[in-house]
Amino acid sequence: MVNHTRKRIDRLSFHWMLGVAASLGVLMLVLPTVIVMVTSFTSGYSLKFPPPGYSTRWYEALFFDSPEIIDAFFLSLHLALVATAISTLLATAAALALARNRAVWARLMDSVFMSPLMLPSLALGLGILMLFNLMGQGLSFSTLVAGHVAICTPYVLRTASASYAQLDPVMLDCSHSLGASGWFTFKRIELPALLPGIATGAFIAFMSSLDNVALSLFLSDARSEVLPIRLWHIIEDSLDVRAAAASGALILATLLLLLIMERLAGISRYMK
Amino acid sequence: MLSNSLQLKRDKWLVVPLLVFFALFVAAPLALMAGISLFSDTAMTQMGGAQYAKFLFDGFNRAILFETLTLAASAVVISILIGYPVAYLYTLLPRRWQTVLLFAILLPLLTSSVVRTFSWVVILGREGLINQLLLSWGWTAVPLKLLYTQGAVMLAVSQIEMPMMILPLIAALSGIDPQLNAASTALGAGKWRTFLKVTLPLSIPGLLAGSILVFAASASALVTQTLVGGGRMIFMPFYIYQQAIQSQNYPFAATVAVILLVSVLSIVALINFLGRRSAGFVHG
Repeated sequence: MVNHTRKRIDRLSFHWMLGVAASLGVLMLVLPTVIVMVTSFTSGYSLKFPPPGYSTRWYEALFFDSPEIIDAFFLSLHLALVATAISTLLATAAALALARNRAVWARLMDSVFMSPLMLPSLALGLGILMLFNLMGQGLSFSTLVAGHVAICTPYVLRTASASYAQLDPVMLDCSHSLGASGWFTFKRIELPALLPGIATGAFIAFMSSLDNVALSLFLSDARSEVLPIRLWHIIEDSLDVRAAAASGALILATLLLLLIMERLAGISRYMK
Repeated sequence: MLSNSLQLKRDKWLVVPLLVFFALFVAAPLALMAGISLFSDTAMTQMGGAQYAKFLFDGFNRAILFETLTLAASAVVISILIGYPVAYLYTLLPRRWQTVLLFAILLPLLTSSVVRTFSWVVILGREGLINQLLLSWGWTAVPLKLLYTQGAVMLAVSQIEMPMMILPLIAALSGIDPQLNAASTALGAGKWRTFLKVTLPLSIPGLLAGSILVFAASASALVTQTLVGGGRMIFMPFYIYQQAIQSQNYPFAATVAVILLVSVLSIVALINFLGRRSAGFVHG
């Protein structure tokens, strides 16, 4: 009887603790996003929470009356698209070479290519800036792209390698022994199998380029300002409510892209 | 089998473009930066270790390094404490709810970190959620200063980097054979004992993988550190920026960057080393 009660207490206390702690964790994950969304629809002039009333005025101010934020957004979009395209090509090619290779040089190279995830990107940005200075090369859109490609490649390399590792090598052998050329095998067997992985990696790379401040801070010229830096300055200087509207728009766009990519590529498989 | 090894040989060359890119835009810049940190003067005429001496013998600089590493370490601890239960919950949920929870983890991860930092500015501000609650409950008569404090930076950085702790933990916890739990229960261990003796040790690889990611990201979280920390709290990333752009002192900025880089990478290497030992412990 005593034993039975002890077991019950053990089970109940464990589930109770887990329930409380996990709810707190989920709340911590979700709440900030919800609060920004609600604040962005305020009718007031400050970031008061809860807002005094609701309106879409700050979204109107953002879309029709803030050319500098819109310009920054299009620059960021352009940059992220170019950097993602280049890094996807480079990383997919490298994944074909490395994913199945157990040799020491291949493992070593894989960790080198993953290193931008660990490196403080500010240090990398400073280094690239010094290199361009040394070469007498002024800052431009291409200098920005160079930095962003470096931080984008690890994501594509990781997901492309993961899906390549799942591809049954017998398929490749069959293709070869049936007389298919290397390019034909790539096009018909490897690429279709890799595509969801590549798309997932490209998506994360794209989002992380859109998000990057540290590299852009050093590598963009005086005239061009990317979106996250623009928003950073707005938040730092004035706490303008347009920053809330811009944040709300970014959250909705991220959610929409996430849902589309889940439908198309099943990205959640690669996240665990 | 033959074709497979032939194929490996053929595909080997596909690594060259990325290798060239990394040599030019990652390795060369970092090497150059290390070189420039060895100039003793701002005009870069004299070589020597003067910048490192200047950094390490100055208590102000040492404090910045210490604060940055402490911030990153506490972010790791907080994200484990809050993230572990979420990852554990994930393994218990039915499939449909797993997908919902995963989206709740992925959405903040993919949202711009400026936006996520901004949400903390809104929550902790003078008219923010916390102060409104405290005022309405009568716990305080005037709004408290919550932003620009040490605790605020720790909380915000931990919350922002938390998804990177949860995802590897979910991977590790999902990989544990459920029969081990059943066996532990059958042998008379309760829930707590099973968790401490079976689940927790087997999830150590995930914990360490998450710790590496959270530590590295928190140490260089420039935006969150500056926006939530305000102007009076300086961390290493902003110090690099300030010395390079505002003071135009490139050798010293390079020194600060090298010191941050080496500190972060050595701690990552240490965690990796622990991970290899614990992997032996788990399987052996």
